[in-house]
Amino acid sequence: MEAIMEMMIEVQDLSKYYGTTLAISGLNFQVAAGEIVGFLGPNGAGKTTTLKILAGFLAPSAGTARIGGYDCVSDSLKVRRTLGYLPENVPLYPDLTVTQFLQFAARAKGVAGRQEQQEIDRAMEDCGLTEVRPKLVASLSKGYRQRLGLAQALLGRPPLLILDEPTIGLDPSQIVEIRQLIKEFAGDHTVILSSHILPEVSQLCRRVIIINRGRIVASDTAENLARQLGNGSRIALTVQGPKKEVAAALKAVPGVKEVAGQENGRYLVETVRDRDLRPELARLVVERHWRLLELKAQEFTLEDVFLNLVTEEEV
Amino acid sequence: MTGIGAMLRKELAIYFATPIFYLTGFFFLMLGGFFFYTNVARYNLVSLQAAQIIAQNPAAASQLNAQTMVFQPLFEVMAIILLFLMPLLTMRLLAEEKRSGTAELLFTYPLTDWGVILGKYLAALLIYAIFLGLTLAYALVFAGLAKLDWGALASGYVGLILLGGAFLALGLLTSSLTQNQIVAGVAAFGLLLLFWLIGWQQESSGVAGLLTALSLAEHYNNFPRGVVDTKDLVYYLSFIFFFLFLTKRQLESRRWRA
Repeated sequence: MEAIMEMMIEVQDLSKYYGTTLAISGLNFQVAAGEIVGFLGPNGAGKTTTLKILAGFLAPSAGTARIGGYDCVSDSLKVRRTLGYLPENVPLYPDLTVTQFLQFAARAKGVAGRQEQQEIDRAMEDCGLTEVRPKLVASLSKGYRQRLGLAQALLGRPPLLILDEPTIGLDPSQIVEIRQLIKEFAGDHTVILSSHILPEVSQLCRRVIIINRGRIVASDTAENLARQLGNGSRIALTVQGPKKEVAAALKAVPGVKEVAGQENGRYLVETVRDRDLRPELARLVVERHWRLLELKAQEFTLEDVFLNLVTEEEV
Repeated sequence: MTGIGAMLRKELAIYFATPIFYLTGFFFLMLGGFFFYTNVARYNLVSLQAAQIIAQNPAAASQLNAQTMVFQPLFEVMAIILLFLMPLLTMRLLAEEKRSGTAELLFTYPLTDWGVILGKYLAALLIYAIFLGLTLAYALVFAGLAKLDWGALASGYVGLILLGGAFLALGLLTSSLTQNQIVAGVAAFGLLLLFWLIGWQQESSGVAGLLTALSLAEHYNNFPRGVVDTKDLVYYLSFIFFFLFLTKRQLESRRWRA
């Protein structure tokens, strides 16, 4: 029972049809309280649909989603009291000022009269909005709009934050700022965020759920996923020497599974797991009197995992 | 009904920040003022001509009534002005939330559907009440010139509030059906016109009688004459509730259809 209490999100066999199109199919996952989980997938994979169901905006066609123990459909109001949601594309009211907009959001979330101003001031400060407070939302830059979207989600200190593509359309320095902000929430809130930008997810999230064509294809920490992917590891070499001979010699080393020759004398060697072949490879090159310019072990990145899983699905 | 207050204040802030409030108010008051002025001018002329007749036949003075000559026709023409202007106040209310995507915010805040609907409806009603309140100036001006039947005047205003309230409720429904403000406005205007005109028939039996009983115009006629009939009150309150209820059902179905 205790384990259930600690779960913030429980999704079971969740499916959603738009007309006859299947958007998500039989999703199952759980998110523990305090976790930051990244929802990763190509465009159209079903990320936004899933988040909309969690936020109570859509009802699922089949299956259940529970937040904090409450059903997203039958206890919708209670669910909506526990979450802050930043929709994709950050819809805002252009005719209101920043202050008016946040006042509305605070009142709509039931932040009581006296705390209202405090909460608004805090959210504005956290999101760096203080200087634009009298401005009309219509006149804000994309970066400020995004921050305002985050600020409204934060009002009332909801235990769960659902952020749909929180950094999309921002310039690199803004992306860094928003990421920093999200990291700061981490302690107090459970965060589920979607993205199709891989480095973002691996930087921000402890756990990654990869979704493709409406189905979960993997769910683990970024490192574990990378480890699972290869049943081996990779070594990158740069060697000056006759291309064919070098490749053949590398391939002949026991433990080498595959050698991919690239331009400028670069070779990517895939080896069996649990054995570091770097000394053998180095010795080989030196013994043959070729010149070894570079030798390093390469980790599988989340990008490799993602491409691998998504392409496997497509094949 | 959580959130009525929050919705109401937000909608009022948007009304005051956008030109539609000022434009609708301007035309409502300008047209109302124009008809008030022409009615008073006519009353004035008739009174002058009647002075001679009254000298001979004092009973004719009772025919000269400010209520029937100035305010009753004014209230009648105001109903027609409202037919055109009320859809402008409601067409944005839900259609724009859907078009701009803010519906996604609205329906993920802990607000009930009734909270959203009543907040929006009351905001539009309050805006309309402001316009109507300003027309009280006509009565105050006129009270300085002639004797006024305040009871009949109040009855006229009750009629106008109910009529406007009915127009707004129907407009809110059409706004919930589309993402396009123009479509919402045109649909509201068309339906209002329909509900207004179905009473214009010679016959009063069978289907014709039923249609007449459903007509907005038919139930309005008594109010400007200074008669508040329970039947008319019930009709308008039911009309308002019915259309707000349909709006509620429309919002509920959104989550499932998407």
